[in-house]
Amino acid sequence: MLLGLVAHYFALLERSRGLHTVPYHDLYGSMSLFGWLLALIYLGLEVYHRQRSVGAFVLPFILIFFLAAHFAPTDRLSLPPARGASFAFHVTLSILAYAAFALSFVLSLIFLGEQRLLRNRKLSNVVWRLPSLELLERMSHSSVLVGLISIAIGTVLGFIWVDRLTGQYWYYDPKYVITLLVLFLYVLYLRLARTAAWRGARASRLCIFNFFVVVMSFTVVNLYLSHSHRYF
Amino acid sequence: MEIVLVGLNHRTAPVELRERASFTAEQAGRAVDELRARGILEETLVLSTCNRSEVYGVPPVASRECAQGLSSFLSEFHAVRHEVLNVSLYHQYDRAAVRHLFRVSAGLDSMLLGEAEILGQVREAYRFAHERGATGPVLNRLFQGALEVGKRVRAETELGARPMSVASAGVKLAERIFGKLNDRTALVLGAGKISEQVVEQLHDRGIAHILVMNRSRDHAVELARECDGKVIEWGEWDKALLSPDVVVASVAAEEPVLRREFLEHAMAARGNRALFLMDLGVPRNIEAAAAKLYNVYLYNIDDLSGIVEQNRAARQSEIPRAETIVDEQVGKFLSWQASVELVGLIDALRARLHEERASFIRARMESITHLSADDRQRLEALMDELLEKLLLEPAQRLRGEKELRRKIQNVEALRDLFLSNREKP
Repeated sequence: MLLGLVAHYFALLERSRGLHTVPYHDLYGSMSLFGWLLALIYLGLEVYHRQRSVGAFVLPFILIFFLAAHFAPTDRLSLPPARGASFAFHVTLSILAYAAFALSFVLSLIFLGEQRLLRNRKLSNVVWRLPSLELLERMSHSSVLVGLISIAIGTVLGFIWVDRLTGQYWYYDPKYVITLLVLFLYVLYLRLARTAAWRGARASRLCIFNFFVVVMSFTVVNLYLSHSHRYF
Repeated sequence: MEIVLVGLNHRTAPVELRERASFTAEQAGRAVDELRARGILEETLVLSTCNRSEVYGVPPVASRECAQGLSSFLSEFHAVRHEVLNVSLYHQYDRAAVRHLFRVSAGLDSMLLGEAEILGQVREAYRFAHERGATGPVLNRLFQGALEVGKRVRAETELGARPMSVASAGVKLAERIFGKLNDRTALVLGAGKISEQVVEQLHDRGIAHILVMNRSRDHAVELARECDGKVIEWGEWDKALLSPDVVVASVAAEEPVLRREFLEHAMAARGNRALFLMDLGVPRNIEAAAAKLYNVYLYNIDDLSGIVEQNRAARQSEIPRAETIVDEQVGKFLSWQASVELVGLIDALRARLHEERASFIRARMESITHLSADDRQRLEALMDELLEKLLLEPAQRLRGEKELRRKIQNVEALRDLFLSNREKP
């Protein structure tokens, strides 16, 4: 996995040399970056939690994301009128956040599946190989935390660019609204996951729901709804 | 270099004999010292558990007679008649001995297939012999290999992963929920035999706190003392259910003692932290409806027995995969051993050729008188250079090429071929 990560890094580097910035112009580029960051976060979590048993279950999902990227429409969108380091950071951090949220989504899915098996006392062979529920919960929390921090910084950078390009900090655009909604929803998740009523399965369901909002933001809103943020 | 193993186990010897032939730590120490002092073995290690007593060693001179010496030593050491002991002893050499040890540490040779304890016992036996200075390069490598096999089999197969008793099934399930148990608390209801078994398992898995609750306080106190636990008065449910993550119930009672409403109340008080309930009582001790509560996991004795039954079959089916790992590691060890031996062979060959060269020059040069001392020295240096050149390439290839080492299976034959008239080192 580490090798793949390194190889992928060089591929990305090559791509960004050609473009002179982070590859965000087309869906393929951002998906590729997304996949790389996803794997990076996962490895980070693995090291942080000193636990390797989750990998086998997370990897298939990462592959699904890649496949989705391949079959997604490849038409180029209009280029954003912004360049430079802080803009590249905006893009990278946002994609990093999406990758972190995707990981927490996967972890929550596994959590719910395993919890269902354990609650129903239907133990198939797979249960003995799965990581413990407690670990899945903790990993999902740290993943969301990474996502939140990076999306917060990324969004601030984004608004700075909006200001630079249009002269005003804020004007109404569905993309901005949904991004703030995502921020709010994940803060909510982190808060609720520690409360009595939401601990465990309910928080995981919220985490899964949140990710659907993220996907909406990444696809539908970018493609059809947003006036000024129609890029990935 | 040869590895020899002499021993007996639960398949070859009845328990009476195993008892007599087992080693305490002090005896094991004495045995390895004596074996080395008498020159029977150069490196040695004793592995003694309740199911096996085995002596591993490397004799000073490779020969099959060493095993005979070893078994006589054992019968003398344990004061068991030679004829009696000999029937149960097995002798194994080299590849077979390596394979035997690797299967032992994988749990494939255990009475209870795949049990985890043996790996710890192998580690302990190795540490003991190593600290005493009884092991050398061969046994060190061998036992590090054995520990690796044990770890790999446990990580890569499910031979040891699946619990095989109701008590361990429950504890393993708790670990699926909570991960490591070392910051968790368990409440044990009842202080009978079954509770005791579960407590032992929980203790083994490193649980932090154990609370014991029993109708008869005396028994509770006794069980609590055994496991460093605390006693809670019977009936104080609110207090008892507040902190534990695992509840084990095994009480003789007509009606469930843990009612749904107690648990509902407790779950609210504990902020819905997950609770794993293990109901081992017949009739059941915990109201079945409690399973519906949020974040509660309830397993009764039938659920757990079902898991054990499932696992028995699964464990059997894991044997081929474990054997593959054993074979792989045996191959790895033997290839290491061959490489060491081959390098040793080259060194011996070099020493021999140099000696030959010296005696050759001495013999032939005597008659050649017209050479000056300087010329003689130069001639000797040139011959040395030639020898080095001839030996360098094969030596380098042996160090560098794994495949080549693998192909040269019989180092002894090579040694015979090149160093036939010399003593084997």
